[in-house]
Amino acid sequence: MSEETDLNVPEPTQSIPGLGVSNNQGLLQWISSVDHKQIGIMYLWLSLLFLVIGGIEIMLVRTQLAVPNNDFLGPEAYNQLFTMHGTTMIFFVLTPAIFGFATYFVPLMIGANDMAFPRLNALSFWMTFFGGFLLYFSFLAGGAPDAGWFNYAPLNQYNYSSSPGINYYCSGLLLSGIGTVTASVNFIVTILKYRVNDMGLKQMPLFVWMILINSFLVLAAFPSLNAALVMVLLDRQLHAHFFNAVGGGSAILWQHLFWLFGHPEVYILILPIFGIFSEIFPVFSRKPIFGYGFVVGSGIAIALLAFGVWVHHMFATGLGNTVNNFFAASSLLIGVPTGVKIFNWLATMWGGSIKFSVAMLFGIAFLVEFTIGGLSGVSFAIVPIDWQLTDTYYVVAHLHYVFIGGSLFGLLSGLFYWFPKMSGRVLDERSGRWFFWLFVVGFNTTFLVQHALGAMGMARRVYTYPDLPGWGILNFISTAGGFLMAIAVGLLIYILVRAVRSGSKAENDPWDANTLEWTTTSPPNLKNFEQVIPVKSTRPFRDYKRPDDADWNRKEEYGK
Amino acid sequence: MRIGTERKNMENKLMIKLVVGTEAMFFLSLIMVFVYFSLAPGFVRLQTSELDLRSTGMFSLVLFSSSFTYWRAEKNYHKGNIGMLKLWLIVTFLLGAIFLFGQGKEYIRLFNDHVNLGANTFGTSFFTLTGFHGLHVLVGLIIIAIVTALAVAGDYDEKKSSVISTVGIYWHFVDIVWAVVFFIVYVIPHIR
Repeated sequence: MSEETDLNVPEPTQSIPGLGVSNNQGLLQWISSVDHKQIGIMYLWLSLLFLVIGGIEIMLVRTQLAVPNNDFLGPEAYNQLFTMHGTTMIFFVLTPAIFGFATYFVPLMIGANDMAFPRLNALSFWMTFFGGFLLYFSFLAGGAPDAGWFNYAPLNQYNYSSSPGINYYCSGLLLSGIGTVTASVNFIVTILKYRVNDMGLKQMPLFVWMILINSFLVLAAFPSLNAALVMVLLDRQLHAHFFNAVGGGSAILWQHLFWLFGHPEVYILILPIFGIFSEIFPVFSRKPIFGYGFVVGSGIAIALLAFGVWVHHMFATGLGNTVNNFFAASSLLIGVPTGVKIFNWLATMWGGSIKFSVAMLFGIAFLVEFTIGGLSGVSFAIVPIDWQLTDTYYVVAHLHYVFIGGSLFGLLSGLFYWFPKMSGRVLDERSGRWFFWLFVVGFNTTFLVQHALGAMGMARRVYTYPDLPGWGILNFISTAGGFLMAIAVGLLIYILVRAVRSGSKAENDPWDANTLEWTTTSPPNLKNFEQVIPVKSTRPFRDYKRPDDADWNRKEEYGK
Repeated sequence: MRIGTERKNMENKLMIKLVVGTEAMFFLSLIMVFVYFSLAPGFVRLQTSELDLRSTGMFSLVLFSSSFTYWRAEKNYHKGNIGMLKLWLIVTFLLGAIFLFGQGKEYIRLFNDHVNLGANTFGTSFFTLTGFHGLHVLVGLIIIAIVTALAVAGDYDEKKSSVISTVGIYWHFVDIVWAVVFFIVYVIPHIR
């Protein structure tokens, strides 16, 4: 693959050492690597590291909120912690985890030996890495950003936040944002040009499809964020007047630019998850995906509609009825293709012989939690309800049901599904079940009650609250749930470390799966494939294992 | 799996097209902000009084003609005419540099009139939009300088490389962005 490079890049010569650093070059081999599998694993470790950091931040916040009129944290510390929690979880946990799985598995699933541009791939990772650390350097430099993850004007202006935190927010996200864009360019070229010869677009695994659609979404959405971040930096450092109303600028402008990125961003964080589940449901239901074309088509529909709904974050800004009604209608509309997918997965499970592995348990839990998050999301499309509930804990509950019950459940499901392939070790299913139940119960304990708190009018982002009837007990339940989730994450890390150290060896194809990545060894060799099996349907490996029952050889439409 | 040069070239071109696409979205944001600010009272008066349509128009023609010279460079490269390739590359570089010189001259004049990034929304959006375009021209010039140096060193003596075409896609893109920016920033206030 790299015989045409002129530069002498230090590349590993032996097979990839699973997840460890015990090889002849130690850490240097990881740092200098341009191999997509190692870069993918580094993305995932980075994500886990920031999950712990972002988790500690929010546990401090939840401790502060455990009882009314608490003074465990002051307002300044509180603002920094919830801002860093949101920013970290979105940009440095969910995004790198998704890109980690994509970097690792897209080439494997399409029968390629690496990404189209391996060095660009490494650059993308290190941009994300240093972006994250630049953001966190703000704690040492005199204060973290404190204007919320969406950094509204005028709070992002110098006279409202004079600590350097927001400068670090801008430069950190700018750096990682460029990394995200370059990674997406790489994915598109890889998917369009590196598929094994007989894999047409209609035989492509759905995860790969979703990454393809997602990458276009990134290319269209991130420039808007990058431009807005540059403008805030210019405002703060060179006294420009973009968002400073006194100087003729416009605070609403920031909201438009940010949400024109921000709403597609939430789909950027969920489309790949739809892809992961479209791999997992068929494997653990022993059936092909129901309605392959609809999964792809609704993904494209979501990507297009994603750019027409951003004002539903701004109903309370007073843009007028015409604008509000247009965006209310488009926001209701985007629920449709998402609903289509839920039915795709339900129908895939229907009549299947379901195997309740941890990966599948997360899939089933996802169907429930994500539907709750989807329904509370649709309620925001109704303008009067939005006016009543905006900026309350109802929003907090909604976004956590889609980000955790949606995105994170998908990533955990993918972790339990793909971990044997990546490490050559099996994650213990028994303790995995413990983790699953602890996490799901903790998650619902934390966030279900927040719907009620929001409906009762508790405002988000305020460091404490008065002792109104019911508020104290509901907040205490929420905090208790939060600690349950923290224990669950601790257990997950224990499961991971134990599996890496002394887990039982994984087979090459432990789940009797369908796609090409399972035809390689666990973990795959440095060179993924010497030869790739023929691809004639969406389940090439199953066709290969059961030639007399192959999908492409069947008379009736499959998925029957 | 050995990748033919032909195929690698296709990939490089696809990549630069995607990069150009995402860059276009970036400029779209900056242009929208400029247009949004221009709706406020007093903005158009500043636009007509502070900007010199004629002088910048001349420098714009210089930039547009660099697209033509680059196209000649590319044609000659595909014909295997390496001498002419080098010549047209150098001409392209000079034309781009003249454009940047013009932009610098205009900036200095505006600074002397106390129009700068912090002066008002006109200064803010004007310098950000044209500044980012100028930055892209500068990056293009650096790339063209490297390509020229490589051409002199003999790297393009065989006509297999996609570098000339990929850089070309970027360079033409920078010109097209300027056509839009020039029309919106300099021409439109004189029309209405």
